[in-house]
Amino acid sequence: MNIARRKFAIVFSLVFLSQFSFAQSGSGSNYLLYGLIAVGLLLLVFAVLTLADNLIQIEGKKMGVDSKKYDLGIFPKITDMFSKKAPQYVNEGEGFKSLSKGFDIKLAGEPKGEIKNVHTNRYALKPTDFIGMSPIPKVVVAAGDEVKAGDVIFFDKKRPNIMYTAPVSGEVVEVKRGAKRAIVEVIILADKEVTYKEISAPDLATADRDTLKGFFLENGVWPMFNQRPFDIVADENVVPRDIFISTFSTAPLALDNSIVIAGNEASFQKGLDALGIMTDGSVYLGLDGRGSGPVTGFASATGVKKNYFSGQHPAGNAGVQIHNTAPIKGSDVVWTLDVQDVITIGKLFTEGKYDASRILALGGAQVNEPSIIKTYQGASIGDLVSGNLSNEKYRIIAGDVLTGQQTSEEDFLGFGNTQISVIREGDDYEAFGWLLPIKPRPSISGTFPNFLFPNFKFEGETNTHGEKRAFVVSGQYESVLPMDIYPQHLMKAIMAGDFERMEGLGINELTEEDLAVCEFVCTSKMPLQSILREGLDMMRSQG
Amino acid sequence: MGLIDLLKKIEPDKKKSPFLHTLFDGFFTFAYTPNTVTQGGVHMRDGMDLKRLMVYVVLAMQLCYVFGTYNIGHQHFVAAGQYMGFIEGFHLKLVHGLIQMLPIFVVAHVVGLGIEFWFAAKKGHAIEEGFLVSGALIPLIMPPDVPLWILAVAVAFAVIIGKEAFGGTGMNIWNVALLARVFVFFAYPTTIAGDEVWVSGYNTLAEGTQATYTWAHGLFNNLFALMGVATFNEAGTHIVDGYSGATPLALAYQGGWENVTNTFTPAQMWWGTIPGSIGETSKPLILAGALVLIFTKVASWRIMVSMFLGGMLMSMLLNVWDATPFMDVPWYYQMYMGSFLFAMAFMATDPVTASGTNTGKWIYGFMIGFVGMIVRVLNPAYPEGWMLAILFMNTFAPLIDHYVLEANMSKRMKHA
Repeated sequence: MNIARRKFAIVFSLVFLSQFSFAQSGSGSNYLLYGLIAVGLLLLVFAVLTLADNLIQIEGKKMGVDSKKYDLGIFPKITDMFSKKAPQYVNEGEGFKSLSKGFDIKLAGEPKGEIKNVHTNRYALKPTDFIGMSPIPKVVVAAGDEVKAGDVIFFDKKRPNIMYTAPVSGEVVEVKRGAKRAIVEVIILADKEVTYKEISAPDLATADRDTLKGFFLENGVWPMFNQRPFDIVADENVVPRDIFISTFSTAPLALDNSIVIAGNEASFQKGLDALGIMTDGSVYLGLDGRGSGPVTGFASATGVKKNYFSGQHPAGNAGVQIHNTAPIKGSDVVWTLDVQDVITIGKLFTEGKYDASRILALGGAQVNEPSIIKTYQGASIGDLVSGNLSNEKYRIIAGDVLTGQQTSEEDFLGFGNTQISVIREGDDYEAFGWLLPIKPRPSISGTFPNFLFPNFKFEGETNTHGEKRAFVVSGQYESVLPMDIYPQHLMKAIMAGDFERMEGLGINELTEEDLAVCEFVCTSKMPLQSILREGLDMMRSQG
Repeated sequence: MGLIDLLKKIEPDKKKSPFLHTLFDGFFTFAYTPNTVTQGGVHMRDGMDLKRLMVYVVLAMQLCYVFGTYNIGHQHFVAAGQYMGFIEGFHLKLVHGLIQMLPIFVVAHVVGLGIEFWFAAKKGHAIEEGFLVSGALIPLIMPPDVPLWILAVAVAFAVIIGKEAFGGTGMNIWNVALLARVFVFFAYPTTIAGDEVWVSGYNTLAEGTQATYTWAHGLFNNLFALMGVATFNEAGTHIVDGYSGATPLALAYQGGWENVTNTFTPAQMWWGTIPGSIGETSKPLILAGALVLIFTKVASWRIMVSMFLGGMLMSMLLNVWDATPFMDVPWYYQMYMGSFLFAMAFMATDPVTASGTNTGKWIYGFMIGFVGMIVRVLNPAYPEGWMLAILFMNTFAPLIDHYVLEANMSKRMKHA
C-alpha cells in the first residue's frame, strides 16, 4: 500500500515541478495562452512517464519478472491507494481482498447461545434439492426397509454412479410422490441412536484420484461437490480446475462457522487433504477478514491457498470469492463446498462413518429463542421449531431470507441447509406505505432514514413493498455486487436468449446466491434469481 | 381497515370495464401498498419501489416549483416597471404566477396521465409511474405563456410517440419531458424562442402597451379590494421603456458578458430573478434538488459530475478560441445562465434514457456537457443547447453501453 502512495507522490511532484519552468516566464497578460502551454507541458510530462512505464514493463517481461507478484509500473494503481490495508493476522503468501460493494441486511433474532442437540423423529432425503436430477430417480429402498446412516437411498437414472445416502439410521416409512408421480421425498423414521454403515476409507497418503472418486461416489458425499458453472452436483467425468471453500457467510442471520469448526479441526483438515487430490489445481479457502480476527481452525489449515475477504454481503459467497481470486473463464469448471460438507468428508477418513450431522442457525424476529441447533441433514422442520415461534403470521425459510426455500412445519430441511429463518408474512395493506412507511425496513436507498441508525436490527417481512415494473434504475445491482459483471444487461441477454452475450457477460460465474442481494435491492422488483436460473438452464441444455 | 373494505367493494370488474379497473388500481395502489408477498427468489425486498423513487424526484423539484411560480409574477411586474423589489407586491406576483402555472400543470397531467391510463388499460397492465416525473418536469421547462393547446399536443406527442410506442416506462429511448419541449421548439418555434416569450404577458404589454388580465385576476381583484391591498391594474400596467425581455443568454449572444451585466447582476442570475423557462432560473434551489437526488441515490452523481466537467472544459476551450463575444463569457458564468444546472440535475440523470453502465455514465454525461456547450455558444439561431444535447446523447447512450459491455465481454473471453 505504501509503495502505491509513494509512487503517487513522486509522479505528482514530477508533474507539478514541470509547471514552474513556465510560471516564472509568464508576465500574466494572456493567461489563457499560458494555460494552454501548461496543459501542453502536462501532457508532455505525462507522455514521457507513460513511455517510461511501458519500457520498464517490457524490460521486466524480457527479464522474466513475474508481473503479478511485483508491480513494475510507475503509476500507482488507484485500488492499491485506497483499498483497505490488510490486517496484521494475514500472513505472507495469504491474500487479502477488501470488497467495497455489497449490502448487509441486519435482521433481528440473531441465533446465539449453546449448541442444542435436537434429534427429530423423521428425516427425509429430497431429490428436489438437486438441480437437474430427473424427477423420478431410482429409489433402491422401499417403505419398511431398515437403513443405516450412509446406506444408499436413491440415484439419478441419468448419472447412476452418484449415490445419495441416508443421513440417519432407521426405517424408511414413505416414498412420497408429488405431481406427475415425481418423487418428492424419501422419509426415514429415525432410530433413537444413529447407527452407521461401516466404511473403510482408502489411505490418503497413497490413494490416487480415481480411487477417491469411486469412494466418494459410493458413500454419498459426491452430491456435496457443487459444480460451477450451473451450481449442480459435480460431473464425475470432469476434473475441476480448483476447489473453493468459503469459511464464512455474510448472509442475514447466517451461522457462525467458528462454532462448527470447534472440535472438528482434524476432520476438516483431512477433508481438505482429500479435496486436494480431487483437483489438479488448488484448494482455496476464503476466510473472514472483516475484523474479528481469524478463526484458528481455518487459519491453521494447511495445503490450501488462503484468502481473507472483508466486505458486506455477498463477500462470503464462494462465487464472489472465486471472481476475486481466480475467475471462471471459458470452459473452466470449479467446485465449491460448504465447511460442514468438508467435515463430513473428513469424518469418512477420521471416524470411518458417513456423519451427516449438521449445525444449524435458527433465527429471525418470529423465533422466540433464536438458537444454534445440532441435528442431521433432512431433519423435520416442525420438530426443530416447535414451541419456539411467535403467534404472528410467519414464513419459515429453509436457508437465508435471500436464497432460501419457503417451507412449512410439515417439511424437511434441504440437503445443504445450515440455516432456518423465520420472518413475518407481510400480506397486509399499508396506507401510503410507499411514501410514509410505518415500520422501518432495510433498504440501500437514502430516502429512508436508515443511515442514521447503522446498527438497527430490522424485523423483516415478506411484503414486496411495491409492484413489479420494467427495469428503470441502472447501476443499482452493480453497487451491491463486488464482481466485474453487469447484472442488468446479463438479465436482458437471458430474456432475449442471446447465448453469446450471456456467456460474455459472465453467466458462468454466477449462481442464484450471488445475485440474491441484487434482487433484494431491485426497485423494479424483478425476479433476478429465477431469470438467472432460466439462463443457466439454457446454457446447460446447450452443453 | 374500514376504508379498505369500502374501496374493495367498489372495485370495478376487470373484464367488464378494463379502463375503470386500471384507474381504480392506479389510485388504490397509490393509497395502499399492495399486500403482495414475495414468491420464489428472495423472501425480503428493499423498501424502495418505483413509486417512491419517482416521488422523490418530484419532491426534489418542489423548490423550483415554488420559486418558478412566484418568478412568473415577479418578471411580469418587473417588465411593467412595478414592484421592482422581489417581495414587493407579493400577493399579486404569487397570484399571477399561480394563474399562469396551474393551467399548465393541470393540462400536462391530464393529457399525459390520461394517455398513460388508457394505454395501461389497453395493454392490461398496472399504471406505471414514469409520467409522475415527466409530468412534473414539463411545466418547469416551458415558457410561462405557453398556449395550453400547444402544450397538450406536445405532451400527447411525447407520451405516445416517445414512450408508449416503445413499450412504456423503462423502454423509451428519449427523455419524455424533453421530447415535449423539443416538439414545441420545432413545431411552434415562436412560442418558445425569442425575447418575447420568457416574460408572462410580455406580448400584450408590448402590443397594447397595457396588460390584459383574465377573469381569474378579476376574482382576486375583488378579494384584494376587500382586504384593502393593491390590485391588478390593467390601465396602470405599461411596459417600461427599453425593456426587451431578453434572457441573459440572448444578451450574451448579442454582446458577451458585458452586455449581460448591463442588464442583470450575477447575483440576480444566481438567485434566479431573471426571465426564462419557469423552473430553470434559480440555481441554489436547483442545486438543493440535485443534492437531494444525489444523497438519496435516486439520481446518478456520475452523470452530474461528468456533465459539469464536460460543460466546463468546452467553455474553457471556447474562452481560448475567443472568436465571438459569447465565447468570451467566463466558463463559470456559463453555469449561471440558462438551464445548464437544471438539465444536469433533472434531465440528463433520467436513468431510463441515460447510459446503463457506470463507465458509460461518465462518457454520456461528459458528452452532454461538451456538446451542449457547443450548441449553446456556436448555434446562431438559439442560444441554448441542453435539450438538444441530451436528446442527442440519449440516442447514443445504447451505443456507449454497447462498447462498455463489449469491453467487459472481451476481457472475459480473452483469457479463455
